[in-house]
Order: sequence, then C-alpha cells, then structure tokens
Amino acid sequence: MRYDSLLDSVGNTPLVGLPRLSPSPNVRLWAKLEDRNPTGSIKDRAALWMLVDAEKQGRLHQGCTILEPTSGNTGISLAMVAKLRGYRLVCVMPENTSSERRQLLQMWGAEIVSSPAAGGSNEAVRVAKGIAAEHPDWVMLYQYGNPANAAAHYEGTGPELLADLPSITHFVAGLGTTGTLMGAGRFFREHKPEVRIVAAEPRYGELVYGLRNLDEGFVPELYDETLIDARFSVGPRDAVRRTRQLLEEEGIFAGISTGAILHAALGQAARCVEARQSADIALVVCDGGWKYLSTGAYEGTIDEAEDRLEGQLWA
Amino acid sequence: MAVEVRIPTILRSYTDGAKTVEGGGTTLAEVIDDLETRHAGIKERLVESGDLRRFINVYVNDEDVRFLGGVETPVKDGDTVVVLPAVAGG
Repeated sequence: MRYDSLLDSVGNTPLVGLPRLSPSPNVRLWAKLEDRNPTGSIKDRAALWMLVDAEKQGRLHQGCTILEPTSGNTGISLAMVAKLRGYRLVCVMPENTSSERRQLLQMWGAEIVSSPAAGGSNEAVRVAKGIAAEHPDWVMLYQYGNPANAAAHYEGTGPELLADLPSITHFVAGLGTTGTLMGAGRFFREHKPEVRIVAAEPRYGELVYGLRNLDEGFVPELYDETLIDARFSVGPRDAVRRTRQLLEEEGIFAGISTGAILHAALGQAARCVEARQSADIALVVCDGGWKYLSTGAYEGTIDEAEDRLEGQLWA
Repeated sequence: MAVEVRIPTILRSYTDGAKTVEGGGTTLAEVIDDLETRHAGIKERLVESGDLRRFINVYVNDEDVRFLGGVETPVKDGDTVVVLPAVAGG
C-alpha cells in the first residue's frame, strides 16, 4: 500500500482473527492491530487529529510550543507529528513510566518535564495545567478533553471495524483518556446500535491512587458513560497473564494494556458462550510490547512480573 | 453473609488502616450501611444523595457498578467489592 507521507499512513490497521483464543466457532475474537501505526500505537490517530484540528482552528503556527500531559504513547505520537509539522513539544510525564517511553520521546525531539509518581497521570495533568498558566502562548492540546481525540475514532477506528467486520457484536477497548471508546462508541450507537461497548480499565498499585483527598479525583471531560455498556477493572496480574497468552497462542507481541483488554474480551466471550449467543468481538491491540520490556512483564513467573509492576503506570 | 471490601489508602482512616474489611448485605447500598455501623463516616465519603460520589468508582467482582445497578447492585457471599478513586489514564 502506498502513501504520500508517513502521516498519511496513520490508521487503516489490519483486523486479524484470534482462532485459538476464540472459545467456539460461534463466538469469535478479532484483534485490531493498532501497533501497526507509524510510532507503534493507537495514539497516532488522536495525535494527528488533535494537531490538524488545532491548525485548522488557527491555534498553531510555525514554531509554536505544544504542551501535553501524557504517560507515554500520546506524547510519542505527538512528538512524531510535531517534528514533521515544525512544532516544539513539551511533555509532562509521571516519573513512574518505563524508560523506553522517555527514550522514544527524546528521539523524536520532545522535551520532558517529570511529574511525581504518586498520583500518576492526575499529577501530570495538574502540573501541565500549572505550566500552561505560566506560558499562555503555549498550546495544550489536552487529550482528556479534546473532541478531536474522540473524532479520530469516530471517523477512523469505528468505520474501519464496521467495514471489516459487519457482523460485529462487541467492541472492547482500554479506558484512559476515553477517546477510543467515546469515538468508536458514538459511531456504533449511530450506525449499529446493537454493538455492545466494553471498557477495560487498568487497575494500578496503591501509589497511583495516592490522592490527598477525593476531590482531586479525575474523570476526563470527554467521558460520557451513556456510550459504554460495561466497564471492567483489570489488575496487573490478569493483564500480564493475558499479554503472555496472546503471544503464546496467537503470536501477537502486545503491550500490557492490551492484556487487560483481552481479559475483558475473554470475559465477555465466556458470557456469550454461556448465553448461547453468537458473537464477533473486536478488541484493540493498543501497542506492541517493545516499550515495556524493561518492566520485566515478559520474563519470570507471573508473581514476579506482578511484583515488578507494582507502582508503575503499566498501561 | 460476607463480602470482602477493599478500601483505598485515602479512606483507611475510617477503617483503622485496614486494607480490606468485611461487610454484609444483599446490595451494595446495604453493604455500605453495614460498614457505616463499624466505620462511622465512611458512607458520606462514598455516597452523596443516594448515588456514588463522582470521583469514587466501585467494582463488584471487577465490574463497575455504574453499569450494573449502581448502589442497588446485588451482591452475594464471597463477592469482592473494590473501592477506588477515579484517576486519569492516557
């Protein structure tokens, strides 16, 4: 397939069947391989859409500085797009994220401001908002509240899935900024409302939930719970176990958040089998496992991997 | 009838530092009322005007109760209830 430039090649990712993990001939799992995007994650879609949208609105001009709170993938995607479009990027990233993510960000030319590990991405958002106030000329695209993040999936991910899998019954994706689920969810509500939208939310160690008080909790502005039908919390143990199972049985080397999504998808599949319903369940492979090798998730026992992930932002 | 309830760090001042406590009841609301009898004040931190507070997420066997039955979600012996503050991802 030929494209005029790297940016033109974002999206249109393959959908592959998972014949060994599918529980029966009538209940099938399908994986949307978002690791095939230019920087290796689903976030290329949101980054490109948010940046192009900001250009159209006249918020960005040559040499502008873009600021974004991110635990990794969004920053890496934005760094690539910003480099090609001629912008400077500053990312605010929690210090408990993998070293590969930092290295990749720097390779694509982003500058990194670290935020405290305690509080995870909530802290990164808080720190970024503070920096934005000090630099009114910098542009924060703000993935948690930017409708262009969801639009990337309303216009891209959703229609691609329906075209490749017209019989789709369930869509399972990770819940972070909520962009994927909100965009694809709205698309299916409008075009095939019987599709059930299932969210898999990573459950981290206690450090990440170390808020000073409950009023400091965070729900992304994009989030609309009417676009979701079920939401599962998946801990590191199940996420690692499923990540390894995906490699073992289907040959797909995915990141840890994909394991969490697969866990929710398999739970959904088991319910369909029990209810004797046929199902075509599409799930998102958010990224490959490369960036998480140093976390130790892929070696030793599950217990060891779980211990190593304690306190890390693994999704 | 006992349900295991996992308490986030931020609410452990109500449970004498305990990470998990036991609660009884047939719905989440009953379990919370039961907790309140031994851990006074915790209910007000979880529930506001009969609904879960905005920045509180509660999961029964890993499923978010907002998509089950909210505070009226049925629970049974052996279920695990996890309480977590809402945090950002991405």
